[in-house]
Amino acid sequence: MQEISIPGTIIDEMIAHSERLNPIESCGYLAGKETTVTKHYEMTNVDQAHDHFTFDPKEQFSVVKDARNEGLQLQVVYHSHPESPARLSEEDLRLLQDPNMVYIIVSLAAERPDLKAFRIQDGTVSSVAITRV
Amino acid sequence: MKIKMNGEEKNLSQATLSVSELLVAEDVKMPEMVSVELNGEILDRDAFDSTTVKEGDAVEFLYFMGGGSE
Repeated sequence: MQEISIPGTIIDEMIAHSERLNPIESCGYLAGKETTVTKHYEMTNVDQAHDHFTFDPKEQFSVVKDARNEGLQLQVVYHSHPESPARLSEEDLRLLQDPNMVYIIVSLAAERPDLKAFRIQDGTVSSVAITRV
Repeated sequence: MKIKMNGEEKNLSQATLSVSELLVAEDVKMPEMVSVELNGEILDRDAFDSTTVKEGDAVEFLYFMGGGSE
């Protein structure tokens, strides 16, 4: 299984972001180097929906340039599932197509938030282990 | 001509070309899923054919990002 290391503070920020927006889906990027995340970008969900998210392209361009200027790679796209488990939905599988990206789902469906990470390559989904550092 | 594409200098054999032609020339997959910024301004998709990329321009493109829980 592949792995990605994420500081505990950033994991907590993702969960806090998701809980703050609940029942609207949250979304964002994580950036870093190799397999270690160092920076969190909260993104605006322009759909403002409980079952869908879309990044704001203007914000996307801004984040891409910021990460580039800092010598970081965008490694993770995350979004929350307010009412469903931490698995990729049919819509996720249709729309999330970048084989170099790790996709994290923050599920708020149960009493405690649940995070799971995946990679999608040639239509095949594999799990990615999240190491809290 | 020389342009800056996604932050990197790029030499193109063409003297001028449209944004649509640039996406084809760069072998961009699923261009209908791409957002393009030209010199800091995001272009409407309808303008990809009619907008010309010229010497010294800065072009950025990225993929639409979205999903859902259904």
